[in-house]
Amino acid sequence: MKKIEVIQNILEVNENIARRNQQLLDGHNVFAINIMSSPGAGKTSLIQQTLTRLKGRLNIAVIEGDVASTVDAEKVQIDAKAVVQINTRNMPENCSLMAAMMESALKDIPLDDIDLLLIENVGNLICPSEFTLGEHKRVVISSLPEGDDKPIKYPLIFIDANAVIINKMDLLPYVDFDINAFRHSVAGLNPEAEIFELSCKTGEGIEGWYSWILAQVESNATKQ
Amino acid sequence: MHEFGITENIVNIAVNKADEAKASKVMQINLVIGEMSGFVPDCIQFYFDSLSKDTIAQGAMLHFEVVPAQLRCRNCSTIFQPRDTLWSCPKCRSQSVEISKGRELYIESMEVE
Repeated sequence: MKKIEVIQNILEVNENIARRNQQLLDGHNVFAINIMSSPGAGKTSLIQQTLTRLKGRLNIAVIEGDVASTVDAEKVQIDAKAVVQINTRNMPENCSLMAAMMESALKDIPLDDIDLLLIENVGNLICPSEFTLGEHKRVVISSLPEGDDKPIKYPLIFIDANAVIINKMDLLPYVDFDINAFRHSVAGLNPEAEIFELSCKTGEGIEGWYSWILAQVESNATKQ
Repeated sequence: MHEFGITENIVNIAVNKADEAKASKVMQINLVIGEMSGFVPDCIQFYFDSLSKDTIAQGAMLHFEVVPAQLRCRNCSTIFQPRDTLWSCPKCRSQSVEISKGRELYIESMEVE
């Protein structure tokens, strides 16, 4: 018996495909945002709001990741330039999108016709944090009914986020959610993350979010 | 529940590296896994047993070295291990911390024949 040194990152396969995805997007000047949250926090609502608000300013495509169904794809298709639904039910892993799934979805997206790609990940705060897809920015949504302790319970997803959205702000009078405690936890884990307080239902605070997207897309375009 | 794909990668890496070393059988794979990485050793072993069937890695033992989480205070640079879910620096009480160890996931070495 002999021992051989290996030292090889097991996630490298995913990371290599993710890098290729990003190169493909960059080649077509497309900016991609990976949107992650627990189920029901408002990923689809945020995408719908973003599509409506940015209509006429950016051409947007959407990748919808779900275990099953096309309900989300149907909700967003009115204003999107293209929608691709990925159902993970029949895949060996169904708890998160992975770079290879994104790679095949990108084949169905008219990359020359779009500026922005919004990727709705599978609703889950654990698995998506381990798999990069090739996105330029990562966004996590927390909503008030979930409670203010999510950054403490699921730190990884917040550590890697570029922006954190506190959604369902219209419910603040009815739920016990300490905004300052939440902000404090996020800032401790990730001082760089931008935090937006908004309500996809009422539209309150949504300008800050879409201004951030416009600024990101613009600064990425000048970089290329 | 997302261990399937990474276990596939483990089997592939092990088989390739064993081939390179002209080995005919993989006896043991030594993995390093961070406590903070969301991967569960038992779950990897479970998938490994079925994914390695009919390969030279079939029947190999998986040995996991779990790296405990280690945090670094951004305020005073103290290195410490989190004792509870509230990550605050034991020295200055700051909650501004970063993970310095505990997100590893790699194959360190293998024992082959």
